[in-house]
Amino acid sequence: MILSYALLSVLALLFLAPVMMMLAGSLKPDERVLTEAGTLAGFIPDQASLQNYTDVFTRTDFLGFLINSLFITGTIVICGLLVNALAAYAFARLHWRGRDLLFNLVLALMILPLESIAIPLFYGVSLLGLRDTYLAQILPFIANAFSIYLFYSFFIGLPRELEEAARLDDASTLRIFFSIILPNSKPVFASVAILSFLMWWGAYLWPLMVTIGPEVRPLPVAIAAFYTLPPPQWGDILAFGVMMVTPVLLVFLLFQRWFVRGVAASGIKG
Amino acid sequence: MRPASRLNDQTPAALLLVGPALVGLLLFVLLPFLFALLTAFTNLRLGSPLPLEFVELKQFTRIFNDPAFRQALANNLLFALVVVPLQTALALGLALLLNQGLRGTAIYRTLFFMPVVFPMSLVAVVWILIYAPGPSGMMNNLLDLLSFGQWQPRDFLRDPLLALPAIMLLSIWQGAGFQMVILLAGLQAIPHELDEAAALDGAGRWQRFLHVTLPQLKNPLIFVMLITTILAFRLFDQAQIMTRGGPDNATTTVMYEMVETAFTRQQVARASAMTVVFFLLVLGVTWLQRRLVRQTREVE
Repeated sequence: MILSYALLSVLALLFLAPVMMMLAGSLKPDERVLTEAGTLAGFIPDQASLQNYTDVFTRTDFLGFLINSLFITGTIVICGLLVNALAAYAFARLHWRGRDLLFNLVLALMILPLESIAIPLFYGVSLLGLRDTYLAQILPFIANAFSIYLFYSFFIGLPRELEEAARLDDASTLRIFFSIILPNSKPVFASVAILSFLMWWGAYLWPLMVTIGPEVRPLPVAIAAFYTLPPPQWGDILAFGVMMVTPVLLVFLLFQRWFVRGVAASGIKG
Repeated sequence: MRPASRLNDQTPAALLLVGPALVGLLLFVLLPFLFALLTAFTNLRLGSPLPLEFVELKQFTRIFNDPAFRQALANNLLFALVVVPLQTALALGLALLLNQGLRGTAIYRTLFFMPVVFPMSLVAVVWILIYAPGPSGMMNNLLDLLSFGQWQPRDFLRDPLLALPAIMLLSIWQGAGFQMVILLAGLQAIPHELDEAAALDGAGRWQRFLHVTLPQLKNPLIFVMLITTILAFRLFDQAQIMTRGGPDNATTTVMYEMVETAFTRQQVARASAMTVVFFLLVLGVTWLQRRLVRQTREVE
């Protein structure tokens, strides 16, 4: 048992070290970040100043990038929940012609990661003149085959009796979905929301391709650009990083149970 | 038409429900993919005066004769061969340590999972600082400490031999927690009775792990190895931010070459051919996983 704790603690320190260095460095004068990175002072600042944080706001439009990220990710997640859950509901609980065929198509599309369609999608977006817009960063990613699959796996396991009473009352399909299915499916909604949030909050390749100027640029592209902004000031870069990750970290710590469940759910059906 | 059957026919409602998702998937997934599939066999290039032609497999022979693309494939393969076993072993180790019911497990789990919520571009930028050249760099300092002063400071990201391993290390740091959580859920799903029965039969710890735990964990293990392999082939952010594929193509990847080809050189057809190669790799890995899972099910 002592061995387990010792092992866990050493590993935890190694996992934590980059985070501590980031936090400590963000509170130090720029020129000392690099020189102290290898010493104990690299992890525990002897003095703290918020100068780097104010510098970030004067040197770059951090708030704008944050709002872009929140808006883009938020819209994808919320619209995605609705669109994909409704589709999964039709696949899992309704009887209709062409259902199995179309569902197999969805399953087949699950194998296509964004990377395998990024280039043609990029040309499509360019041809339509939609580069550097929110639309190009949101619309293509609302419908998601994997989300449909996760919802489907959950809905198919709900008991028949749930809907039967409502059917006898002649309630509409949409009403059954919103008043009966939805309240009974909170775990799967949380899982899908968290997985798609994690995926789009950190997305880099696609926004790098479609954004040109800083107007609709999200945080992951913004920090890479900020890092190359001369003169290199590590304190500012780390402060940018801390501010970029803090909202997510807070949400993670508050809803940790759901994060862990969400990720685990993606693997159970594998 | 009988009224009863009209009442039971849910086709119109269903089409309305699947409509938005289906249109989205067709327009933004299937259509672009088919476009890539078709253009890979043409000479399409933006701004080119040449007429559009069908060129058979020319684009494919071209990319496979391109040293940079071959290096990219080799890098992805090497990355997968090193990272998948290492990261899975680490994640499994962490999951086993956390599955003993020790006090404080939740805190450790939080710490190990935390890097997963860090966007990869942020991780890449922070690790550039960790790999800073010169004796004051954090990684150089750590290695100096571990080797009792024998370590010569290196410039990790500009060293052709060390750049790719450097990227591997931070990728493991960022991704191990994700796998750990999936494996931990798998471990918790194993009935206690199995382990207890084996213990009663006199099986030692190691034997129980090998003959009880591991077989029960086979599907989650295959799953995490599959997603890590696919992630290895998708490798892009780290290479683009930290090294620009360099030095001397030491960290270039299929995705990096693809984006460069499409962006900087506007060679649509050539980038499409790379897309097709990338897709075939992903397809191959997925097919292998399905086969392995099916085998287990048949054995059961």
